[in-house]
Amino acid sequence: MKKFIRRFSANKGALVGLMIFLLVILTAVFCSIWFEESPWSMVAEPLLKPLTNSDYPFGTDMLGRDLGAGLAYGARVSLLVGVVSTLAAVIFGVLIGSLAGFYGGRTDDLLMRFTEFFQTIPQLAMAVVLVAIFTPTIYSIVGAIAIVSWPPVARLVRSEFLSLKQREFVQAAVVIGQKPARIIFTQILPNAMSPIIVTASLMIATAILTESSLSFLGLGDRNLMSWGFMIGAARTMLREAPLMSVLPGIAILLTVLAINLIGEGLNDAMNPQLRKRGE
Amino acid sequence: MSIANLPPNTPLLSVEHLTVALPDGSDRTHAVKDLSFELHAGEILCIVGESGSGKSISANAIMGLLPGYLKPKTGRIVFKGRDLLQQREDELLTLRGKDIGMVFQEPMSALNPLMRVGEQIAEVLAVHGAYPGPARQQRVLELLNFVGLPDPTTLKDAYPFRLSGGQRQRVMIAMALALEPAILIADEPTTALDVTTQAQILALIKRIQASMGMGVMFITHDFGVVADIADRVAVMEKGVLVEQGPAEQVLNRPQHPYTQRLIAAVPHRNSDETAQGNLTDPVVLEVKNLRKTYVTERGLFVRKRVVNAVDGVSFNVQRGQTLGIVGESGSGKSTIGKCLLRLTDIDSGQLIFNGTDIAPLSQAQFRPMRKHLQMIFQDPFASLNPRHTVGRSIIDGPVANGVPYAEAERRARELLRLVELDESSFDRYPNAFSGGQRQRIGIARALALQPQLLVADESVSALDVSVQAQVLKLLQDIQQRLNLAMIFITHDLRVAAQVCHQIAVMHKGRIVEYGTPADVFDRPNHEYTQSLIAAIPGRHWSPVSARVSVA
Repeated sequence: MKKFIRRFSANKGALVGLMIFLLVILTAVFCSIWFEESPWSMVAEPLLKPLTNSDYPFGTDMLGRDLGAGLAYGARVSLLVGVVSTLAAVIFGVLIGSLAGFYGGRTDDLLMRFTEFFQTIPQLAMAVVLVAIFTPTIYSIVGAIAIVSWPPVARLVRSEFLSLKQREFVQAAVVIGQKPARIIFTQILPNAMSPIIVTASLMIATAILTESSLSFLGLGDRNLMSWGFMIGAARTMLREAPLMSVLPGIAILLTVLAINLIGEGLNDAMNPQLRKRGE
Repeated sequence: MSIANLPPNTPLLSVEHLTVALPDGSDRTHAVKDLSFELHAGEILCIVGESGSGKSISANAIMGLLPGYLKPKTGRIVFKGRDLLQQREDELLTLRGKDIGMVFQEPMSALNPLMRVGEQIAEVLAVHGAYPGPARQQRVLELLNFVGLPDPTTLKDAYPFRLSGGQRQRVMIAMALALEPAILIADEPTTALDVTTQAQILALIKRIQASMGMGVMFITHDFGVVADIADRVAVMEKGVLVEQGPAEQVLNRPQHPYTQRLIAAVPHRNSDETAQGNLTDPVVLEVKNLRKTYVTERGLFVRKRVVNAVDGVSFNVQRGQTLGIVGESGSGKSTIGKCLLRLTDIDSGQLIFNGTDIAPLSQAQFRPMRKHLQMIFQDPFASLNPRHTVGRSIIDGPVANGVPYAEAERRARELLRLVELDESSFDRYPNAFSGGQRQRIGIARALALQPQLLVADESVSALDVSVQAQVLKLLQDIQQRLNLAMIFITHDLRVAAQVCHQIAVMHKGRIVEYGTPADVFDRPNHEYTQSLIAAIPGRHWSPVSARVSVA
């Protein structure tokens, strides 16, 4: 573990990413303390430019809502959607992938055709359809994102299982009479964890982007302020007040960038041999 | 050639006080320390040592092929009056291939898979501008013929994947010989080959050396090979040359204790002590007409292929007996092991274990019986889960079979002592152990279930010879003490002869010879067995007599 931390901190980009990400998390956790007013309430005159009013350093939108509060509460929604939907997608993907990889044969065929069915539909289009059908709430959004993002996890886990299954220690586990479920969870899965973690960290970023796209299209949760919604709402004023869409855009950019940097850092730290070869 | 110009008794190549440092943090300071030896024209010098002894490093230092983090610190390598360590890279380029040829260990990966065999040989000639024009093709054919490859005119247009391992090694030798070098360096050239192929390649190298008068530096770990071809022998231990001298002297009257230990560890036949075992002991496992075919599925553009891996094999094992299954690669011996443990499905036949046929049982039905049949695997580095402690690896089996955890742990600690490991190993991870130690852990894991039958699939072939001897002795001890039935699968007839009561020789999925070691070795009936025995390296040399003369 110590070695892992040392290798991770050797990567400067990953450290920067981690710092930005911590900042986003802090904002998400403490936004209700910093901004007592709801981000939806009109608190000042509309279209205040940023850095002109010390009470509202980020300015206000066309209805006089505090942009700073919007950005902070948006962080909460983005993180929530990103983490929860990724978690759900990873659990489902690992389940499908490990069953397909471990049993092979007909089980594998069946599960992989099922996976391909999901892979052939464009992710965003499917998410839009799902959210539209189930009415936009935070639950349907998380569910829709999870449903469109599990197939790559399943594929990855399956390929890991296919190669690990051939290793002698797995055969040894069969020989000593362990049951398949035990072999999957105690022998193979722990050895497949590092690529799964790396993929999952990058999936959080994709999930945040998908949520923003959905909100931008007006399919966000009506009760929750999110970055995508802010951009969507500001687009009509793009010429008069460009910063109104740019600020949440930067928030998305920084968060996604931070997560990607962390993901790469994790990848390097977990597979040190790979990195050496690349250099 | 330049050899003729040299005054007599001048060595072709002399390595003087060569020291190569290892990077900081390695387990020793030097890869090679104060190494000196000479290679004369017309002789075969064998450099022998276990893994990590620095024998390959010395060869690579001569060729200037050391990896960047290894730098020769002191010493000289003198060839034709020049110190090779002082030469620039472009000067070395003209030497490599032309004056010094090299053959590598792995014939499967040493050839470019996308280039025809003939072109690869021609390329060696082209690089040095030799045999221009049509003469070059002629020379390629000549070389292919010279290394004993059949039908050179068609073979030169073949891609490497169509050639067997032995044929590829011949092509490698042809490339090394293309420009008639004064020195041939061969780094474990036969280690990856089957024993009959190995015998052919050794004969080829010997013939070439005699006809061309080259100096050959032959690196190997196998004293049998040394006995077959060496004129002089140099023994290396941990980067230091501990003994060198004429082959006859080093092999039969070794002076250095390390050489003595190595030679004593060479597997050999226990001429008299092969206990016959009691023929009335109960039969633990009876295999009848076992058949297993591998079928590659018919695809759209692929024809269906059927390989008879195991083709109607029958044998039985008694309690307290070791049955050796011997064969070359592809003979089906490992498939038998997998079939016995139901790691792979079988096509037909009966596996009668203590009176019950286990072949038709489903995996779930068979699982409760698994504890009676255990396996020791081949690769000590892949057979332990890197994320489990040693203790957990051993305990897993008993726990899966319903033994309480505390009881399993107590027994695991006992077993660690039995396989001569420290009890503190229990809480450590596999990466803290050497290959031999890991194999002991594998044995402990198998024994934890108190099996009646132990299948050892090439369990010692990945180990150095001295470690191999220790593990073999441990296996033999345990087998006798616990009165187990054991099936010992190996490619090495010498090892089988040392530990087995009965030997079955496999060839193309069938058992072609079956009997006691004495029967198989002294009165082989089948011609395949005869060729196999004739190919055992160092057959005319007996390590036992060498030991006697030491004592």
